[in-house]
Amino acid sequence: MEIDVAIVGEYCQISLAGEMTIYVAENLKNSELFSAFEQCTRVDVDLSMISEMDTAGLQIMVAAKASAQAQGKEVHFINHSSAVLNVLDLCNMASFFGDPMVISPSVN
Amino acid sequence: MDMDDALQTFFVESRELLESMEQCLLKIEQTPDDVELINAIFRTAHTIKGSAGLFGLDDIVSFTHVAESVLDCLRDGEISIDAELIALLLSAGDHIYTLVDHAAVNGGELTEEMSSNGARLNKALSAYLLLSEHGSKAEINGEPSGQKQAQSNALAEHNHPYTTEGGGAVETDLWHLSLRFGLEVLRNGTDPISFIRYLGTLGSIEHIVTLVDNLPALAEFNAESCYLGFEIGFKSEADKATIEGVFDFVREYSEIRILPPNSKIADYLKLIEALPGEDLKIGEILLSCGTLTERELSQILALQQSDKRLMGELLVDAQMVPQPVIEAALSKQKTNKEAKNSEANLIRVDADKLDDLINLVGELIVAGAGANLLANNTGVTPLIEATATVSMLVEQLRDSALSMRMVQIGGTFNRFQRVVRDVSKTLGKDMELIINGAETELDKTVVEKIGDPLTHLVRNAMDHGIEQADVRLALGKPAKGTLTLNAFHDAGSIVIEVSDDGGGLNKEKILSKAIERGLASEGQNLSDKEIFNLIFEAGFSTAETVSNLSGRGVGMDVVKRNIQALRGSVVIDSIEGQGSKVSIRLPLTLAIIDGFLVGVGDSAYVIPLDMVVECIEMDAWNQDGGVGHYLNLRGEVLPYCRLREHFEVESAATNRENVVVVRFGDAKVGLVVDKLMGEFQTVIKPLGKVFSQMRGVGGFTILGSGEVALILDVPSLIKQVSQHYEHLKSVH
Repeated sequence: MEIDVAIVGEYCQISLAGEMTIYVAENLKNSELFSAFEQCTRVDVDLSMISEMDTAGLQIMVAAKASAQAQGKEVHFINHSSAVLNVLDLCNMASFFGDPMVISPSVN
Repeated sequence: MDMDDALQTFFVESRELLESMEQCLLKIEQTPDDVELINAIFRTAHTIKGSAGLFGLDDIVSFTHVAESVLDCLRDGEISIDAELIALLLSAGDHIYTLVDHAAVNGGELTEEMSSNGARLNKALSAYLLLSEHGSKAEINGEPSGQKQAQSNALAEHNHPYTTEGGGAVETDLWHLSLRFGLEVLRNGTDPISFIRYLGTLGSIEHIVTLVDNLPALAEFNAESCYLGFEIGFKSEADKATIEGVFDFVREYSEIRILPPNSKIADYLKLIEALPGEDLKIGEILLSCGTLTERELSQILALQQSDKRLMGELLVDAQMVPQPVIEAALSKQKTNKEAKNSEANLIRVDADKLDDLINLVGELIVAGAGANLLANNTGVTPLIEATATVSMLVEQLRDSALSMRMVQIGGTFNRFQRVVRDVSKTLGKDMELIINGAETELDKTVVEKIGDPLTHLVRNAMDHGIEQADVRLALGKPAKGTLTLNAFHDAGSIVIEVSDDGGGLNKEKILSKAIERGLASEGQNLSDKEIFNLIFEAGFSTAETVSNLSGRGVGMDVVKRNIQALRGSVVIDSIEGQGSKVSIRLPLTLAIIDGFLVGVGDSAYVIPLDMVVECIEMDAWNQDGGVGHYLNLRGEVLPYCRLREHFEVESAATNRENVVVVRFGDAKVGLVVDKLMGEFQTVIKPLGKVFSQMRGVGGFTILGSGEVALILDVPSLIKQVSQHYEHLKSVH
């Protein structure tokens, strides 16, 4: 799992790459994904390089969203990779996050 | 617990796990769609990885991790199983086995061969991981690959989050699944999403609500615990057992509730009551899942409020759930329970301790027999009665001690699944192995020693017996060759049969070969059976080409020697064009032999039956005149000895003496006895230390009458007699 963080003032962009699974969940929980809210008001998380996502990965997303809301901050997930879209579609979680998503062509 | 002990347990368990993984992999070749098997294989790898990590066995962890990832993809349906992948996973399993063995023996650095082998497998496995990623990309581009068609269709069907929201028509023919996964689910290596994904292949997920309410605040949030729940409206033709089956692996830790379509309102009420959280909110979820109509929901809530007592009655009403549903659930629970029980009933015992126990039981029998004789001599009835009871108990103790060493032959048989698979790949023949009588029990030492001879026989049958598919088809046989392993008990011995439906043995070819090798002579009149069994003679092979599997003329004679060393016998029967059958007959345990009971005066002696060649009346022979100490056996010189003289038995000589001709290797001698008393199942007891200098006696046994009979050590007797004869010859 690679985490790339860029902070500009109160805006933070995080790019995640690799698998977003149980194996890295604990790392993610201790990463900037959660600590960035201390200094930023808005965090955009780029998921375009996520190769694999499981329940633990989804939970991390939910936890980040919940923790942002609890602090009155914003988190947006952008550029969802196919692996992420697949999970969000399956669990019908798109509306929970409310982020713009590219609807995959396989969905009619 | 001592870490060292735990480590040993890990090694033992890992080996067992790897064996079961191999079995599963072989089974999955037949039924590639069996999700249970894929899950079982995944769990094996996961468990080994987890435990190896606990002991810091990093080599095992890192290699197993890759294999596990591939299995995970397989489980998620991202890649599909094929022969190539199975072969790869089998070799990966072998490699893990090697790593475990290595760690068990010295635990040092890996040898170069291991590392290079590991790296090679690693690369091959990683290729599959890449494939799975590419596979999912192809799907996004609207080009689902053929093998994924079914899955992507299933996904497409339930990918309606944008269109079903607020969808008007409520369908009452939906299953309702209420899933609350346990905290430990993720850590146990199971992934709830993959279950839902799989569920999608059984029908269509009409609507799904993911519940995130249980997610704690960040401080308490553990990224490796599962907090999610799902409410699913599901449309499927599958029965309840099938749908329940999806969640088998997590059932134990999770709350899984499944309501069939058109369930009674009371059932939904029950569901709402059972679920944690506000009733109203859950009601709304049911509503949004399309399980209930608004009218039905309000009916439920009203019912709940108006009459608590009525609801209680409703709950116990068995009619609420269709009977088959209950039966399915009950039988499932029962099997789970039984599996648990049998697990708890097993204890690992050191084999040495078991051997000690059996030795002690042997001693006890000797001592008991002694006490018995003494008691009988005193003639004191209560004492005789007491010792009789004791010896009866000792006998039972012996039986149960011996039975502890009994293991089922199935484990040995199952190993051949792999052998057959590998060999059929090498030879390009299509073969299957059928196993019968896997539950037949025999002594552990025998089981250990029978493995090699059996491997020889199985390989021989595959290589020489079963023909190539085109030959088989031309002969009107099914293209797939069948190899059968069969085991059963028969009169105190176990019979193991290896049969094939191949070409069978060619009598003429064997005979001419035997004559060429000097194993038989031209004019000899041999029965079919005798001809077939010539192939067990040393230096015999009729295969025209020598393959790397068999055909080098070593093998069958080694098989025969190994089996004879276990006091067993082997015969082959064959019908040309239809196949052959090799039958191995082994004693159930090494502590029991087939004996031939003979009498001299009042004493009884046991001769191991397999060493007896023939019995002839002494009178029928030319007497040697008393000096030569040899008999004329059809023109052959046969040294002999009178057991009466050898053991200094003091009794009157009888008129009718018999000669038992015994053979060991090439040497033959005659033993002169008074009486022939027939065959006798003999439990061998070791003699005490006092008799350790005694030659010609190998042990003793207790006869049915309670008398003691000495078991003759034929090899040493033969040696003594031959030496004596040579000595006499040189003197005269």
